[in-house]
Amino acid sequence: MNYIIAIIKPHRLDNVRAALEQIGIEGLTVSEVRGHGRQKGHTEIYRGAEYQVHFLPKTRLELAVEESHTEKVIEAIQSSARTSSIGDGKIFVLPLSEAVRIRTGETGSAAL
Amino acid sequence: MNSLVRRLSGPFAAAALALPAFTLPAFADDKLNNGDTAWMLTSTALVLMMTVPGLALFYGGMVRKKNVLATAMQSFAICCLVTVLWMIVGYSLAFKDGGGLNAFVGGLQSLFLRGMTDASLSGTIPETVFMTFQMTFAIITPALIAGAFADRMKFSAMLWFMGLWSIIVYSPICHWVWGGGFLGGLGVKDFAGGTVVHINAGVAGLVCALVLGKRNGYGTENMAPHNLVLSLIGASLLWVGWFGFNAGSELAADGTAGMAMAVTQIATAMAALAWMFYEWISRGKPSVLGIISGAVAGLVAITPASGFVGPTGALIIGIAAGVICAWAATSLKPMLGYDDSLDAFGVHGVGGFVGAILTGVFISSSFGGVGLDKGMSIGGQVWIQFLGTLATIIWSGVASFVILKVIDATIGLRVTKEIEIEGLDINLHGEVVQ
Repeated sequence: MNYIIAIIKPHRLDNVRAALEQIGIEGLTVSEVRGHGRQKGHTEIYRGAEYQVHFLPKTRLELAVEESHTEKVIEAIQSSARTSSIGDGKIFVLPLSEAVRIRTGETGSAAL
Repeated sequence: MNSLVRRLSGPFAAAALALPAFTLPAFADDKLNNGDTAWMLTSTALVLMMTVPGLALFYGGMVRKKNVLATAMQSFAICCLVTVLWMIVGYSLAFKDGGGLNAFVGGLQSLFLRGMTDASLSGTIPETVFMTFQMTFAIITPALIAGAFADRMKFSAMLWFMGLWSIIVYSPICHWVWGGGFLGGLGVKDFAGGTVVHINAGVAGLVCALVLGKRNGYGTENMAPHNLVLSLIGASLLWVGWFGFNAGSELAADGTAGMAMAVTQIATAMAALAWMFYEWISRGKPSVLGIISGAVAGLVAITPASGFVGPTGALIIGIAAGVICAWAATSLKPMLGYDDSLDAFGVHGVGGFVGAILTGVFISSSFGGVGLDKGMSIGGQVWIQFLGTLATIIWSGVASFVILKVIDATIGLRVTKEIEIEGLDINLHGEVVQ
């Protein structure tokens, strides 16, 4: 099993969710986060005072998938989140040692 | 305020005091006018709305989230404090006869509003209404100053400063122009308070910013407004309330009040657009903070002119106010290096000055105004306007400085650095906005 964390542009979220649904992904967790990569934030101006804003609003989504699904999910997220401009985000894949469905106590792939 | 002059001075109208001497005894034939009274009751409520909640929201939205309550609290507390002081002593000092000192300050015969009954008249309206209307002006003027020292003044010091300032600075200057003092006698044209309210508050604000010093982290830390929606609502309430401020300053429901309302709307919209385009051209984006700041700058600049100029004059005053105030807030301030947190000086001081001077120009009937006094040239009127602003700048500047220094030497003006960093809301008031 793998745990996939993707940081994407907030306005691509619906796109990504639709793409994941299409390949049969049933559960994911989404949160609003702030951050930056090579994009390095942006500038805001208030009555002439310029402020460098280092952290931009991003959306972080995370989901647990079976080993065999991993490539497909990465491909779906990448193609649906991409705008081809700077700040599109990143996808991280981590090995997942265990998963438990709280209601039934099922473990492993059965819990996904 | 022209009609009141006419009404009060009757056959002596030719003597043409530029501004009404409210202290003249009511003539026997003075009668209460229901229409005037109804409009002035309405205007009074409108002007109060400018401070609470208008200014409280306008300023509250512009500070950082940790200081929003402290900032809104200043407007609200000043409203309460000045109301009581105006009742005790302020009204008497501003509008009653000062005897030998009448050129400079009113008398003390109406302490605690002594002598005012439900039958007292001031022109064609009850004196109670006139007193309360003027009270709302006395409230908003110090409340405007608070924008200059936002984020760093102790609440106790703020209360002491505002109380003393209201009595020592506002009441006398109000008396100079409207209460029968020397500026009104000189022929200074200030219809609704460009000098009395805005230059006065703006200059005091600048002195506060200089004496208190910059905010901790000024120029390096992000001090962006935390919620410009609040500021937009506040600016809109100021705009609407300003009809009471300007059209109400006629003290009657008549043609001059109507023109004051029309030119207020025109100048405000023009100034808002002017600031927006100035910013769009110079910084690349038309900002919300820019357009609402421009609107307030236009409201300020049209204030002294509102009962005197025509629509074309208003349009030009609007352009001038929008561009010059935008320049003052975005370029002059960094150039001179003072930290006027919310631009009380850049908008009210500078806008008030622009309005005061241009009133002397556009009052001329050749520009569609009501016309200069007999024998007065535009240049002569502009010079008198300048003298009016100069007297106000000097007294407001010097007295504000002395009051601040006395408070600093006794209880201290500024919060500690720790409190400033952590936020005024939690430390001064024990409350926070989540």
